[in-house]
Amino acid sequence: MTALSRLIRAREAGLVVMLVILAVVVGAIQPRFLTVGTLDIILLAIPLILVAAMGQMMVIVARHVDLSIGSILGFASIAVGMMFRDIPEMPLWLGFILAIAIGAGLGFVNGLIIALFRLPAIIVTLGTLSLYRGLIFILSGGRQVDPNHIPEALIRMAQTSPIGVPWIVIIAFLTALLAYIFLRHMRLGREIYAAGSNPDAARLRGIRVNRVTLVVFSLSGAMAGLAGLMYAARFGYVNPGITGVGFELTVIAAVVIGGVSINGGIGTVPGVVLGVLLLGAVSVALPILGISGFWQDAIYGAIIVIALIVDGSVRAGGLVRLVTGRGG
Amino acid sequence: MTETDGPLVETRGIAKAFSGVEVLHGIDLDLWAGEVHALLGENGAGKSTYAKILAGVHRPTRGEVRLAGRPVNIGSPLEAQRLGVTLIHQEPLSFPHLTVAENLFVGGEDTGVLGRVPWRRMAAEAERLIGALGVTIDPQAVMAGLSIADQQMVEIARALASDTRLIIMDEPTAPLTPREVATLFDIVRRLKAEGRAIVFISHRLEEVRALCDRVTVFRDGALISTASVADLTDDDIIRLMIGRPLQEYLHKEVASLGEEALSVSGLTRGGAFTDISFSLRKGEVLGVAGLVGAGRTDVARAIFGIAPAEAGEIRIHGKPTTIAEPDDAIAHRIAYVPEDRAIAGIFRTLPVDQNITAAAPGAIAAGPFISPRREREIAADAIDRLSIRLASVHQPIGELSGGNQQKAILARWLLTDPEILILDEPTRGIDVGVKAEFYDRINQLAAEGRAVLLISSDLPELLTLADRILVMSEGRLTGEFSRAEADQEKIMQAAVPRTAA
Amino acid sequence: MSATETFDAAKARPLWHRIVVRPESVTLLLLIGAVFVSAWLSPFFADLRFVLESATFYIEFGIIALMLTLVVVSGEIDLSVAATMALSACLFGIAHRAGLGMPVAMLIGLGSGALMGLFNGVLVTVFRLPSIIATIGTMVLYRGIAQVIAGDRSVGGFPDWFVGIDFIAVGIVPVPVILFVVLAILLGLVLGSTLFGRQIYQTGTNPIAARHAGIRVDRLKMILFTASGLTSAVAGLLMASRLGVVRYDLATGGELQVVLIVMLGGTYIFGGRGTIAGTFLALWLLIIIQTGMTVANIAIEAQLTVLGLLLILAIISANAIYAGGRR
Repeated sequence: MTALSRLIRAREAGLVVMLVILAVVVGAIQPRFLTVGTLDIILLAIPLILVAAMGQMMVIVARHVDLSIGSILGFASIAVGMMFRDIPEMPLWLGFILAIAIGAGLGFVNGLIIALFRLPAIIVTLGTLSLYRGLIFILSGGRQVDPNHIPEALIRMAQTSPIGVPWIVIIAFLTALLAYIFLRHMRLGREIYAAGSNPDAARLRGIRVNRVTLVVFSLSGAMAGLAGLMYAARFGYVNPGITGVGFELTVIAAVVIGGVSINGGIGTVPGVVLGVLLLGAVSVALPILGISGFWQDAIYGAIIVIALIVDGSVRAGGLVRLVTGRGG
Repeated sequence: MTETDGPLVETRGIAKAFSGVEVLHGIDLDLWAGEVHALLGENGAGKSTYAKILAGVHRPTRGEVRLAGRPVNIGSPLEAQRLGVTLIHQEPLSFPHLTVAENLFVGGEDTGVLGRVPWRRMAAEAERLIGALGVTIDPQAVMAGLSIADQQMVEIARALASDTRLIIMDEPTAPLTPREVATLFDIVRRLKAEGRAIVFISHRLEEVRALCDRVTVFRDGALISTASVADLTDDDIIRLMIGRPLQEYLHKEVASLGEEALSVSGLTRGGAFTDISFSLRKGEVLGVAGLVGAGRTDVARAIFGIAPAEAGEIRIHGKPTTIAEPDDAIAHRIAYVPEDRAIAGIFRTLPVDQNITAAAPGAIAAGPFISPRREREIAADAIDRLSIRLASVHQPIGELSGGNQQKAILARWLLTDPEILILDEPTRGIDVGVKAEFYDRINQLAAEGRAVLLISSDLPELLTLADRILVMSEGRLTGEFSRAEADQEKIMQAAVPRTAA
Repeated sequence: MSATETFDAAKARPLWHRIVVRPESVTLLLLIGAVFVSAWLSPFFADLRFVLESATFYIEFGIIALMLTLVVVSGEIDLSVAATMALSACLFGIAHRAGLGMPVAMLIGLGSGALMGLFNGVLVTVFRLPSIIATIGTMVLYRGIAQVIAGDRSVGGFPDWFVGIDFIAVGIVPVPVILFVVLAILLGLVLGSTLFGRQIYQTGTNPIAARHAGIRVDRLKMILFTASGLTSAVAGLLMASRLGVVRYDLATGGELQVVLIVMLGGTYIFGGRGTIAGTFLALWLLIIIQTGMTVANIAIEAQLTVLGLLLILAIISANAIYAGGRR
């Protein structure tokens, strides 16, 4: 095995180890943590993050970042929530399609501005984060969509399914599976890695880098849109000022912990899934340990910073030498 | 596939100009299937530019390329690949995070958005292509984990994947160990036996002799001679490479050399240079000759504190000195005019005057504040003395010609009143008239008692200016000549690596 | 060969062109336009006192934007400014509540801000992380720590002299506005007239050439990040004074406002260009636009649309102008 793949495996193994340590330590202090019920809670905590993280990881693998997903999530959920409210006979599946389409459209706008004007994604999506959030208020008139207007069938998706595990959990893992197939087995998926790994070489080899940019932002938006409908299912309401606010930071945290390099070209779906699970486990462990939920963001922040430092050291060659025992 | 009755590639009158300066003048050259053809020449002779035109990286300004008798238009590397022409870069242009198999096949023809990646077929095909080269590389390995030699093999395999007829290798052996070179040669011979044409660019005569059938020498952007390797001795080749009539420049007055200004001993940095020792006296111009990649610039960067040496000692006026940052070097009155002006020299969008005063903040400031009047005066004075041609001192320096930019950088360093001046290819890409001005200037600086370290690939330039010439090859000092004993041939003999493969 | 390709000797732009066609001029024109339109729409805007009073809501971000201009000109960015504001203000509030006395508490607030900036600088210069992503990490971290130490409560109980600095005025000019103007003049001098300012431009234009010219690029960036943290802490104290309490979610989303002001002032996102004058004008432009929208009864949240759009248009137009100047 080569240095890099070893390193990637090391990251995935490391995440598994951290999950185990977390379970053992928290379980020792509070045995309640090691029950099937906890797993259920964790699984219910992560679907939104998991879905959006799949889109975000594609963006980051392609050497960009998308800060606007929280607002896209909010916009898609408000728009579709209002449709459910105003057209009660609208079928559920149409709602899903609309949420995904709206998200993809907003993401496409991001990609278009970035590719067309060659601007840094982080500033553009900081702008659209605000722009889309403002549009949410204009669209909704500042009013939330109340639980009695969210279709009951949708809310049930967050509670149950024929096989016991709630539908939204199934959808989330299906999305991850599709992302895995896309990134691993489809030509366009591999082009995302190529464009992020070495954009100049990618251009010379005839890969259309601008198309990659449009695709990753559209997909990131689409998945944020899907997460928006899952939000409505999970929480039973959609609020213009709450839904999706700060969501992007949690998702970026999960992706960075999952071993996706902010310098592009590196990152796997299993790694990101583990990163999401770890974040979910932390968020569930805190209340069980009696630690205030206020700790959560600080811990997320610390994890991001540490993951970035590790990532930076990897690039500097320190860890490659450590893992392989040979000079960088 | 190739007609036996004519050359595979014919180039007629290929010329290339960058921004109006012609660097390649009408190259007529035939390449035959089943031959290994060496391209030789000094740095900047035009071999690489020619190779890049064949590979579709550059478009020729004029001239025609015929492939198997048919005129072709090679507009991009992708088209070159389709036509069966591949350029193997010295540092492989690959995707470090992807696997070997993917590096072989990514890009290429567009099978649409939803095309599947045939991992299994790719792996099998990669296995076959790499196996055909007689080397063992795991197709599933990630590219960044391979040695440079293996990465090169992957590039070659990629060429074969697209059924390449002409493979151009630009100094492929430079980063390889002798054993790896031997493997590469076996493969090249096999490719040749299969009836492909190979262009082999190298500085190493032994390798050319061991591998190539014919050799073409480039000089100053022109094709000098094509001949069978067997018909030429090493000395013939070197003479062809340098053979221009010696231009008559005025040799500088033999200066009275002062005391030692700078000496280094045992200077070493892994992978760049090893055990470099020399000393430089006041009033002396010490030339450093060598081919690209010989480590000359690395030594200069170490002395100037950009990438300090790992071992060895630098003494300034006899005192051991630590230089960790350019700032330290400047404090010791060292100046460095870098090789790559665009990257390390100019502040492209800033005005000329600010570029000139950049290294001498003390001269334009009263306390922390800049005195615009003093800055203007100082800049105007420097512009006047070096006759820099510009529209206004407020012009962004990027709007100036290359020669005038270079003068501005020299002016920047003269403002620091340096005792030790390191000039790295100071006249590269500068037209003849300005060059002469630079020569006068360098002579004058030495006459003022400054110590000058002059790195140059232009041998006549070194012979004109230097009191003494050091030669570096592959990171080591391989020769030292006084002005009296130095000539182009001796310098080239020392500069060309002759280690057998 | 690449050296040969850079020899283009493009024709010099005439001087007037160089002086007039720059993003700051656009900002100034927009500002003049905004003043006329708003004064025409609402008599409020003809009243300077009203404009100055409204300004106090935005001054804190304006102060940070002044310092961030220097950071962006040097080729970096700091997205953790609003989180730094919140954490330093919370530390200040808690220190005061713990009975440490106002001077000590304020020192703790300011010192912690400087430390947070220093930490950003370490991530960028020692660990070589791109500041754009490193400061997103610290943005989450600092805000998270603020939440840990302050919880969901408002921390208040400050002495009367501290609260309500925005109501103290010299003539009709509120003290925070004076502070902003003084800092603008100060930083304008630093960036425009000192060697240090010159080195900031040079570093942002070409960090490699800057190092070759003897500039200690890493040290310079470290200073700028630390100063950015310190300035954010000052803004945090101002906000604490204006609100009378501190909370962990103080100035949430403030990084958008700050980056918007800097970009609106024509500072080049890729570094090397920009002026304090531009940022100074941009703050007043933003004040008039936002106050105008408020007067026109547009909900604060809906105003986000305009802010986001402005940010994107500002970078597109500044980019276009600078790209045009390069030809």
